[in-house]
Amino acid sequence: MSGKTTSEQVFQGIGVSPGVARGQILVYRIAEEAIPHYDITPEQVSQEIARFEQALITTRQQLHELQQKISSGIGSDASSSILDVHVSITEDPALIEPVITRLEQEKKNVEFIFNEITRKYIHTLQELPDEFLRERAVDVQDVTRRILQNLLGHTHRGLTSVPPGTIVVAYDLAPSDTSSLDREHVAGFATDVGSHTSHTAIMARSMNIPAVVGLHDASQRVHDGQPAILDGYSGTLIVEPSEQTLYIYGQLQVKRHSLEERLAALRDLPAETLDGHRVHLSGNIELLQDIEGLKHVGAEGIGLFRTEYLFLNRRDFPSEEEQYEQYVSAVRAMKPHPVIIRTIDLGGDKFHSDEVTPPEINPFLGFRGIRVCLAHVEMFKTQLRAILRAGAEGNAKLMYPMISGVAEVVQANRIVEEVMADLRRDGVPFAENIDIGAMIEVPSAALTAEMIATEVDFFSIGSNDLVQYTMAVDRVNERVANLAEPAHPAILRLLRNCVEAAHNNNIWIGVCGEVAGQPLYTPLLIGMGVDELSMGTANLPRVKEVIRRMKLEEAQELAAAALHAIHARDVVAMLKALIQRIDPDLLSS
Amino acid sequence: MSTTSQSGAPRRAVKEFTVPNRLGIHARPAALFVKVANKYHSHITVEKDGEEINGKSIMGLMMLAAGQGSKLKVVAEGDDAVEALQGLEELFVKKFNEE
Repeated sequence: MSGKTTSEQVFQGIGVSPGVARGQILVYRIAEEAIPHYDITPEQVSQEIARFEQALITTRQQLHELQQKISSGIGSDASSSILDVHVSITEDPALIEPVITRLEQEKKNVEFIFNEITRKYIHTLQELPDEFLRERAVDVQDVTRRILQNLLGHTHRGLTSVPPGTIVVAYDLAPSDTSSLDREHVAGFATDVGSHTSHTAIMARSMNIPAVVGLHDASQRVHDGQPAILDGYSGTLIVEPSEQTLYIYGQLQVKRHSLEERLAALRDLPAETLDGHRVHLSGNIELLQDIEGLKHVGAEGIGLFRTEYLFLNRRDFPSEEEQYEQYVSAVRAMKPHPVIIRTIDLGGDKFHSDEVTPPEINPFLGFRGIRVCLAHVEMFKTQLRAILRAGAEGNAKLMYPMISGVAEVVQANRIVEEVMADLRRDGVPFAENIDIGAMIEVPSAALTAEMIATEVDFFSIGSNDLVQYTMAVDRVNERVANLAEPAHPAILRLLRNCVEAAHNNNIWIGVCGEVAGQPLYTPLLIGMGVDELSMGTANLPRVKEVIRRMKLEEAQELAAAALHAIHARDVVAMLKALIQRIDPDLLSS
Repeated sequence: MSTTSQSGAPRRAVKEFTVPNRLGIHARPAALFVKVANKYHSHITVEKDGEEINGKSIMGLMMLAAGQGSKLKVVAEGDDAVEALQGLEELFVKKFNEE
C-alpha cells in the first residue's frame, strides 16, 4: 500500500449474475469492432461513393417504410417526427460532403471514413452543455449505425473468437451480438445500461458466468487488455485492481467457495421442503451447449428452450432437419426429463430479417412471439414438425410465447393438428400426445387464465415480460427499471389468478422468468402454489437450498400475508427475514 | 430573367430571429427547419455568436445548441431568398409547433 501507486478504478453497477471473474477487458463497441479499415485505389473511389449512396438510399427506404407503418398504425406524431429527424440526417450535406471529400483525399474504404466522421459529430453532441441536445446524440448514433449496417450488408462477428478470461465491457449487448459468442473464453459481462432482466443478464446466468449491468459510462472509460475483477455478487467492476484488492478477493473467494461446495452437494438430492412438498426444478437454455451445465447442477428437465437463437443472424430459416437435430439432441440428453420447447419468440429485442420482423418503433408491443408464428404459418409448421418428431424420442413439450388470449391458442392448436395429420399421412413417427403449454406473460392472458387453461396442458409464467407489461416499465431502460417489482401487489394478484385457474383445471403451472431463479422469491412462488421453477443454471443450487430448508406451510403463510401487503418492499422484507433464518449465507453472497 | 435579374427580387436576404420555444432548436425543430430550408433553391446559412453553419444541415443546427432566447442570424442567397426567409420565419412565429 505504501509507496506503491495504484490506478485502480472501481465502477459500481448492479450484479445480475453471481460469481467473480478475473481476467482482462475487451471493450465491445458495435460500430468499431465491425468496421474494416483498408486502402483503396484511386479507381475505386467512385465505387465507394456509389456504395455510400446506395446505403443512404436503403436507409431512407427503411425509415420511410417505418414511417408509413407508424402513420397507418399507431399514428403517433411524436415518434414519426423522430423519424423525420433520422431521415434529415441521411440527407445532411454536413455528413455526406465530408465523406466524399475525404474518400478522394485519403483513399480509405467508405465504412472507415464514415465512422470517423460520425464519431466526431456524436462526440461533439455529447459534449454540448444542453442536456436535451446531448441526449439527441442517440438519434445520430441510431441512424448512423443503420447506415453502417447497410454499408456492411451483414451483422458483425466481433465476439466470435476472444482470448481466454475475457471480460466483455459494452454499452449494451443485444441477442444478435451474443448469438455467435465465444462461450468458452468469455469470463464475464459488464454493460453500461440494463437491468436484472436485460438480455446480458439472462445470457450470463444461462452461461453461469458473472455479469454486472448499469455501469453508466464504464465502456467509455476502460481499455482493451486492462486487468480487471468482475464481481457479480456486489455488482462491481474493478479495473487494474491493487494488491490489496486482489488479496481481499482471494479471501472472499475462499468463503464463497465453501458455500458453493455445500450447494454442489445438493446435486442429487430432491427439491423437497422440510414438510415433504416436491417442487420441480428445471433450467432455461438457449443452445445445446448449456445442457451439460444444467445436468451438472441436477436440473430435472428444461423448462424453457429458447429456439429463436437458431433463427438469428441469418437470412434463411433453419430447415426442418436442422431444427430436428437440435431439438432431438436436447430431448435425448435430458431423457426421461421433460424438455419444453418454446416456438420462436422473434420480435421484441430479437429479430430475424426485416422481411419477417420489420423494424418497429415499439417492438415489445409489436409483431412478436405467437403473432409472428401465426402470420408466417409455413415457418411455424416447419418448426412444429421438427418439435413433434423430436417428441417421439423422449419427453418433449411444446409451448407458445406471448399468448394474449385464448383465440391465439385455439388457432395455434389447430395448426398443430394440421401438422400432426400431415405427419400421420407421411408415416413419420411423432409425439401423438405431446403436452402443449402457454406462456403467460401478457396481462390479458393472466387475467383470462381460466379460459386459456381449458385449451392447454400447462402454464409457464414469463415473469420478466409480465412485469414489464403490467407495470409499463421498459425492462432495459435503467432509469425506470427500478419500478419493475416482481412482488408488486398487481403482479401477485395476476399470479394468484393464474395459479387458481391452472389448479382448478388440473394443469400445472411453472415460472420461467428471472424471479424463478432468485432464491429470495422462492418461498413466495412456492407458497402461492407454483409447481415448477425454471431458471439459469447458476441459480439452481441456491433455489434448491432454499426449498430444502423451508416448510411449505410457512411459505403459504408468507404468500397469504404478501397478498395483503401494500408495498412490494414489505414483501421483500418478509422474504429477506425468512431467507436470513434458513440460510444467511445465501444473502451475504 | 431569374438568374440575372437585378431589378426584381433581391438575391440576398438577411433576418435575425430569437429562438422562441422552451426547449430550443433541438432535433425535432432542427429537422423542421431543414425540411423548410430544402424547399428553396437558395443557399441558407445560420449564424449564432459568430459560428456559421449550413442551414440545410440538421447536425449543423443541432451543434449550434441554440437554446430559448438565443439570437440566430439567417442568411439566404439565391433566386428565392426572400421566400425562403418568409418560410423560415413562419417556423419561428409558430414556435416550431411546440407550444
